[in-house]
Amino acid sequence: MRARLAAPLLVLGLVVLPLAGLAAGAVAGRYAGIPGGQFKSVLGYEDAKNGVRVKTFALMRKPVTNAEFLAFLGRHPEWRRDRVAGVFAESRYLSHWAGPDTLGPNALPDRPVVWVSWFAAEAYCKSLDARLPTWNEWEYAAAADETRVDARSDPAWRERILGWYARSSKDALPRVGLQSPNVYGVQDLHGLVWEWTEDASSLMVDGDNRNQGDPDKGKFCGAGALSMNDRENYAVLMRVAMLSSLEGRDATANMGFRCARSAP
Amino acid sequence: MKQDSMKRLLRGLAATVLLGFAAIAGAAQPAPALPGDSIYQLPLPLTDSNGQTRDWRALRGKPRLVSMFYTSCQYICPLIVESGKAVERQLTPAQQKQLGVALISMDPARDDPAALKKVVEQRKLDAARWTLASPRADDVRAVAGVLGIRYRQLADGEFNHSSALILVDADGRILARTEKIGSQPDPDFVAAVRKAVGG
Repeated sequence: MRARLAAPLLVLGLVVLPLAGLAAGAVAGRYAGIPGGQFKSVLGYEDAKNGVRVKTFALMRKPVTNAEFLAFLGRHPEWRRDRVAGVFAESRYLSHWAGPDTLGPNALPDRPVVWVSWFAAEAYCKSLDARLPTWNEWEYAAAADETRVDARSDPAWRERILGWYARSSKDALPRVGLQSPNVYGVQDLHGLVWEWTEDASSLMVDGDNRNQGDPDKGKFCGAGALSMNDRENYAVLMRVAMLSSLEGRDATANMGFRCARSAP
Repeated sequence: MKQDSMKRLLRGLAATVLLGFAAIAGAAQPAPALPGDSIYQLPLPLTDSNGQTRDWRALRGKPRLVSMFYTSCQYICPLIVESGKAVERQLTPAQQKQLGVALISMDPARDDPAALKKVVEQRKLDAARWTLASPRADDVRAVAGVLGIRYRQLADGEFNHSSALILVDADGRILARTEKIGSQPDPDFVAAVRKAVGG
């Protein structure tokens, strides 16, 4: 994105530079670049035993907030809770907002938007010429801590994340951006909300512990069933279980999202 | 709830008034609004085995069995076709005429009209009732979403996917679904199909 914007900046010269610079800052500032690489997912893909290849992409630094989602509804009122088609969002969609276009005390502007369906999240990202991140992209970015691109083998890192799961889900959500950025400059991948991924419906794993590593093969066509590579990484496994249990129109109290963009 | 039904009533009234005007003006009546829980709420251009591209709303008007498949699949997908045929066999010829079948590809990169046509011919599918079609690549995830079908493309291009036959009414509302795939159809599902086609 930055490269794409640089050329017009040079042509336009100094006069409009401050304005164009602001626009560039808005995009570059909202997303962090994630260099691609080979990655061993917590999921055991039978068809990718040596890991998956993640291409360079950009990921929103923070989850989408209520204020941002409200602005989207202003531009796309068909996604308001009083207008959305039932096939795209269940009845609890944005039910914590005071009104169809009013946030209210249970949905403060700087809190992550939750109670959103996959379809609504996808539409939001599309409206910004972006998309939802794939599961592999999400997991790849979320493997990092403040100093390392892959902190997953560190027991202290795991403990820290699991501490979040111990917190009551009845507590109000904190605002986005409170946690320190990871090595890419991305915040809140752990410790705030669950997040939709573009291919959430590709996660065909039975969340039941007894069946881990032995998915019901009769249910799914073809080889390449998923199993869990790393049963110690509960934090990520719980995400997989959550996403694999939801349909696209479902909404929950802790499910939010952020958007991604492919490298130009 | 009360507000909802009020809104629905008002919307209904508005639609009636509009239809009235259209009738007075002698214009063709517009298709009635889609129910909110219709799968056809999703805009979905489909390219069929004859190379024709139309939004799947063209499938409105009769109850249908809908499923997702891909033509190069060796195992379960031929069974999905077989399941559709098995359900049809449980119907009288008159009932069969009332039912459509739409198989939507999850592999638009390979399932061009020629590939789809090959299946129609090999499987001797009645083109008057069966539609085999591919969506745009960007739409596959969304159509799978409204149908509640899960899939993952594997490194070798094959797919890992859940298999289901879904019965929708003339307006695209899901009436029943079965994951029982094969030549012995689920009796409850067949009963729902019979009911949908009128007896």
